[in-house]
Amino acid sequence: MTQSYQEIPDISQLQEIARQVRLDIVEMLFKAGSGHLGGSLSATEIMVALFYGRMRFNPQDPCWPQRDRFVLSKGHAAPVYYAILSRLGYFPREELLTLRQFGSSLQGHPDSACTPGVEVPTGSLGQGLSIANGMALAARLNRGGTKVYALLGDGEVQEGQIWEAAMSAAHYRLDNLTAILDRNRLQIDGHTADVMSIEPIAAKWQAFGWHTVEVDGHSFSELLTTLQETDSVKDRPSMIIAHTVKGKGVSIFENQAKYHGVAPTKEEYEQALKELQAA
Amino acid sequence: MADKESTRVEYGKALLQLGQENQDIVALDADLSGSTQTKHFAKAFPERFFNMGVAEQDLLGTAAGLALGGKIPFASTFAMFATGRAWEQIRQSVAYAKLNVKIVASHGGISVGEDGGSHQAVEDLALMRVIPNMVVLIPADGPETRAMVRWAATYQGPVYIRTGRMPFPVIYEENHTFELGRSDILREGEDVTLAGVGLMVHHCLQAADLLAADGVSARVLNLSCLKPLDWQLVVDSARRTGAVVTAEEHLATGGLGSAVSEVLAEHYPVPLQRIGLRDIFGTSGKADILLQHYGLMPGDIKAAALKALARKNGR
Repeated sequence: MTQSYQEIPDISQLQEIARQVRLDIVEMLFKAGSGHLGGSLSATEIMVALFYGRMRFNPQDPCWPQRDRFVLSKGHAAPVYYAILSRLGYFPREELLTLRQFGSSLQGHPDSACTPGVEVPTGSLGQGLSIANGMALAARLNRGGTKVYALLGDGEVQEGQIWEAAMSAAHYRLDNLTAILDRNRLQIDGHTADVMSIEPIAAKWQAFGWHTVEVDGHSFSELLTTLQETDSVKDRPSMIIAHTVKGKGVSIFENQAKYHGVAPTKEEYEQALKELQAA
Repeated sequence: MADKESTRVEYGKALLQLGQENQDIVALDADLSGSTQTKHFAKAFPERFFNMGVAEQDLLGTAAGLALGGKIPFASTFAMFATGRAWEQIRQSVAYAKLNVKIVASHGGISVGEDGGSHQAVEDLALMRVIPNMVVLIPADGPETRAMVRWAATYQGPVYIRTGRMPFPVIYEENHTFELGRSDILREGEDVTLAGVGLMVHHCLQAADLLAADGVSARVLNLSCLKPLDWQLVVDSARRTGAVVTAEEHLATGGLGSAVSEVLAEHYPVPLQRIGLRDIFGTSGKADILLQHYGLMPGDIKAAALKALARKNGR
């Protein structure tokens, strides 16, 4: 089945999908014993909105040439990516519980050679936007109407290459490209404001020539409306700055930098399940 | 044989011709299209040429994305900036994904000349050789450049081709073809093997003449396919001649000298002498003066060959 714009689930259905994706993330990480929790939970609505509400693709034909492309530039959010790809039918759900194990199709960071549905390996931060730009240039040459989406982390935009890519996307007027910034305000070492301030972040993207919009990154209605709007912008790329909560959905993980890159303990896991099941 | 050609100029011509034959060929540069010679492709196919400005990391990442979109990108800039500045982009965005990106980097080695050490790549072969999935090629003349560029467009996967600034003599016939992992014996000999890449292949041939005048017979190899190396030819040459000299416009570590050392140490150890820069950067000056200063002339290769021969003969 090809996902299309006409088959968008209603918002309550999307919220239910997001809840189940969060349960998968917590379970995967607990089983794996390591991985990136906070930035997977913050990006859940963004990813569900893209994959269930906007992009065209076909899990039965992962290489369908007209598919829209997605680059998880913040590759450490692999768990949310895998949970969604599995739910869409790219691979069986049982594989989620092999995350990060030797021989697993689910590498610690996304690897297209291993995982159906993953377009390109990421994980070394700052590189995904350039790749998305190249995909958008190719899509333009191919005249297939393909859209390209990239998800960036807010710590990630401290990388210089992001700003090289910001310049080139605007220079080449890549209106078939939408980037989304998961603005959860935390990185491994603490608050982005303390580690290396990125503000004024919206003004930066605007100054680089991007159509820039700020949304509540946990609101499906805002995300879907904005994604629809940015897809119709002409002559320039779009940046959606999605304000999110790191660790969103589980009270003990929320807004805690220490849950950037650790798995939950047994007690934390049980509490997370309780909260997410009751949600 | 009298004609001289620059490998970067021949790359520019070959790329232009490929662009005419194949609509999927695209080219990228980082503000050096005049030097790298992608300017000819840019002029003929402006819609398929992307100047990324002075931004090598974005250059390689964008090339990776174009490859994912089914294009065959040729990304060019100076060898130092491609392999140095964008090394990790080449590793992660290109080679880790085994993407179909061709990196053709000019101004390899110290024969860059006056621009000086900052612009002379003397470590690019080492930097590319250690990356899994990467093919590393150093053409020795115009026909070999054209053959390698045409081959690269048909090969599915990442390729690094180092071109040089200076023109040097033509060795091969116009219709020369390239085969991955196969290298050529340019001159037969019994006493010692001289193995070079790029400009140094010519210096090896000249060194063989100098040695012949002294009654020493040298086999000369063009190991232009540095990775995957034609290790059987290297071992065969060591077995036959019992002594080997490598010569490259590169550090003596990490490039050709290391690759040959690795093969011989594991398969057929013989006395080996390496011609190359010894843990030192380049400097400004005319190319011929620099080649002398760093000991990369035919006479230096001859001296190394005599040293290897002496070791072989137990002296």
